[in-house]
Amino acid sequence: MILGQALRDQRAELSTFRARLTVTGLIALSAFGVLVARFVWLQVIQREHYHTLAEANRISVVPVVPNRGLILDRNGEVLAANYSAYTLEITPSKVGNVERAIDELSQVIEVSPRDRRRFKRLQEESKNFESLPIRTRLTEEEVARFAVSRYRFPGFEIKARLFRSYPHGDIASHAVGYIGRINEADVRRIEAQGAATNYKGTDHIGKLGIEGAYEKELHGITGSERVEIDAGGRAIRALSRAEPQSGNNLVVTLDIKLQRVAEEAFQDYRGALVALDPRTGDVLALVSKPGYDPNLFVDGIDPVNWDALNNSPDKPLNNRALRGQYPPGSTIKPFMALAALTYGKRTPEQTIFDPGHWMLPGVSRPFRDWKPGGHGTVNLQKSIVVSCDTYYYGLANDLGVDAIHRFMTQFGFGSRTGVDIEGELPGLQPSTDWKWQRFKQKWYAGDTISVGIGQGYWLATPMQLASAVATLANGGTPVHPRMVRAVQDARTQQVREIPVRNGEPLALKPEHVALVRAAMVDVTRPGGTAVRVAQGAPYLVAGKTGTAQVVGMKSGEKYDEKRVKERNRDHALFIAYAPADDPTIALAILVENGGHGGSTAGPIAREVFDYHLLRKRPERKQPLGDGEAEGD
Amino acid sequence: MISRLFDLISRRIDGPLMVALVLTLSLGLTVVYSASGGASFDRVAGQGRNIAVAAAALWIVANIPPQALMRLAVPIYSAGLVLLVGVALFGEVRNGARRWLNLGFTTIQPSEVMKIAVPLVLAWYFHRHQEGIGLRDYAVAAVLLALPVGLVVRQPDLGTALLIFASGFFVIFLAGLSWKLLAGLFVTGLVSLPFLWGMLHDYQRKRVLTLLDPTEDPLGAGYHIIQATIAIGSGGVLGKGWLNGTQAQLDFVPERSTDFILAVFGEEFGLAGNLVLIALYALIVARGLMIAANASTTFARLTAGAVTLTFFTYAFVNMGMVSGILPVVGVPLPMVSYGGTALLSILTGFGILMSISTHKQLVSS
Repeated sequence: MILGQALRDQRAELSTFRARLTVTGLIALSAFGVLVARFVWLQVIQREHYHTLAEANRISVVPVVPNRGLILDRNGEVLAANYSAYTLEITPSKVGNVERAIDELSQVIEVSPRDRRRFKRLQEESKNFESLPIRTRLTEEEVARFAVSRYRFPGFEIKARLFRSYPHGDIASHAVGYIGRINEADVRRIEAQGAATNYKGTDHIGKLGIEGAYEKELHGITGSERVEIDAGGRAIRALSRAEPQSGNNLVVTLDIKLQRVAEEAFQDYRGALVALDPRTGDVLALVSKPGYDPNLFVDGIDPVNWDALNNSPDKPLNNRALRGQYPPGSTIKPFMALAALTYGKRTPEQTIFDPGHWMLPGVSRPFRDWKPGGHGTVNLQKSIVVSCDTYYYGLANDLGVDAIHRFMTQFGFGSRTGVDIEGELPGLQPSTDWKWQRFKQKWYAGDTISVGIGQGYWLATPMQLASAVATLANGGTPVHPRMVRAVQDARTQQVREIPVRNGEPLALKPEHVALVRAAMVDVTRPGGTAVRVAQGAPYLVAGKTGTAQVVGMKSGEKYDEKRVKERNRDHALFIAYAPADDPTIALAILVENGGHGGSTAGPIAREVFDYHLLRKRPERKQPLGDGEAEGD
Repeated sequence: MISRLFDLISRRIDGPLMVALVLTLSLGLTVVYSASGGASFDRVAGQGRNIAVAAAALWIVANIPPQALMRLAVPIYSAGLVLLVGVALFGEVRNGARRWLNLGFTTIQPSEVMKIAVPLVLAWYFHRHQEGIGLRDYAVAAVLLALPVGLVVRQPDLGTALLIFASGFFVIFLAGLSWKLLAGLFVTGLVSLPFLWGMLHDYQRKRVLTLLDPTEDPLGAGYHIIQATIAIGSGGVLGKGWLNGTQAQLDFVPERSTDFILAVFGEEFGLAGNLVLIALYALIVARGLMIAANASTTFARLTAGAVTLTFFTYAFVNMGMVSGILPVVGVPLPMVSYGGTALLSILTGFGILMSISTHKQLVSS
């Protein structure tokens, strides 16, 4: 009985167990069913979605930065080149204590205080996750030394990068300009131009000069590479590549050898020189002294050098050739004479008597000639040769300021010449309208008199003066100064010439122009104010000297160069072209605090002419400004 | 001679189960090779050693008759409990969890022992009280189960605690716990959920929350799930091919040779591979349940059932978490994931199953 009971119990237990087992078996089966459903959902129905996500995970499109175009002078000499070098870069966000890490680094490779300062400045200007150079131009040995201990420096990376170099240093720095790291203002400009995609991966951009103005040509088209990356963002292999298209080379109008001669001719003086080919407007030389070494800017300028450049009283960063606005002084007398002839206010034969001053009717204060006692009897030709002020006081009064304004604007005064680099200032060609708009004041007759000798409100840039004298040199066709004459396609090597676009010839009588030009030649002959410029030269020089006052003299006070502080001395001006009978070069020179145009600016012109026309290098240097003052 | 040796080796081995195990383990080695980058055999060799050790354990256990196993149940359980208390008091902390006990010559993880000890001891208890199991017995069983689970949760090791709990629960369930009581427990469980929530560690809570919305924290806790589902989903029907999974080979899948190895497998072998794996697991579970159904004693039945269902739980929880339908708990994919500890306890379990399957004639009398 008991056994039977136990057996029944066991049977009951066994059937319960088996029932339970069946239940759990079914549960297990349906659980696996759920998994199967889940896998079908993920791998069949949603497969496309996840495939896209996986591809997005592993594929990264990396920009390939194009090589920047070269800048060549008119004879093919390289002014801006590229070289590739190793840099050591730090991504600050990946480094805990950047300062300490750099200290440690300096035990492995040399890190100069300048490197540190520059890095600090870059760090302030950039976002934390950008890779910034701490050292540039590493030697092979330094690269090797770093590689050995690189495990100690997470967030540090050696990169091979293309650098810009300016082999001529500070020569032509204001013309060529420089590239620098892209800053926020650049980013906004790039975005406004819709060029943001093309600048992915680029970290330098042309800032000034030709580098800045021709950024589009020089930059090239950014390529791209599809690379497979791992979860850490490291590139594993390239999948496909769209080659970048290198920037185009620029052939500029400068003659770098001439430029060097011109810059060295300035010796220690500050100033500017613009030399143009009067037939084409080609800028043969563009000098602004002092210059600076553009190489300093390429990998980010350090604060010490920056402060030195920025705070120097000599203002080396100021491009005087385009941005210096000076009273043109007596250099405008040939143009005034031409205006007189053109508007019929003077004939060539008409003379005046110069007692050494000129009285404006109704005004008691005399306008003085630069020469005490005056020049005596003066006709138009002599007025240019001896630079007679009195002649032009009366002439200006007869012409009136608005006629002067009308005539001079034809020569480019008072507006930008449109030279193809940025930053040019317009100068100022005064008129009654201008004075009213600017000061809400009436134009006084007395205002006109000083305008007659290039003083008063009249301001001109060296570039304007050069362009005006080039117009005179070619017989009256306004030129458009240009820095770039051709673009060389990076791929095809084909050179595309940029056409010369001179203006419409001005409505001038050839005999009037000839008369003025002849007088300008006489300026460089005995009796003229710039005799020494052409002394012994196998070619004819036409020129005109000028002086621009820096501080106004009190009436009756005599200007004595020796007594005036150096920085308050007059600026020396000189415009000229040569050979006078068939000019191939026209120039304007300004020497700050140089005193008289003939003695300081003249010798510079001579050296430039000698080199340009005769390929003759200047001999033994003589200090500028020496010798007799030859007058205004 | 050779046939006698073969007989010695295979006498206590259950053929169908063994075939399924060997297939799964080979599959595992293939994936481990791929998950370790496909460039070196170091990991494969390591896993081979793990398999050898675990297979030896399987063979030894398979040769111990169930009665002997039943006698061992209480000592093993007691020893395990002592070790767990030892862990709580003197355990080594790694990765913020106190799971290891340094015995001087080796470091062990006592919670693994409990995966075997708990079903053994509960089956032993119900076997002892098979004439009329009452409410009191279930209460005792509950205590026997709660002690190790509680200690393991405290370590904290949610994955192992879950598996230990499952192994014990299956014994109690199979022993015939009434549906009414079960329903009552279920309701109690639901009610106590908020309290359990309060007991969880921050990172454990985060895992549960992340499961509900992985995109909430795509770089933190959600990263595992997102990358794993991308891997599996992008594998498609036939997979990207062995060693060709981009998610896996490029490091996007975290813990890809251990807990998340299914993502590698699913990416490289696709839905087809997943179905094969599920089929193998289902086969193993089915064979295990058959052995349980045909076992001749209460102890054997309950142990076999619980070991099989625990194995199922292993597989389901891991596959569920990697495919994003269960929270991420540290449970490896059985017999595929790299690692020796879990493998040892799993194959020991199968050793018990084989012992039960091959010794039943002797017990029935």
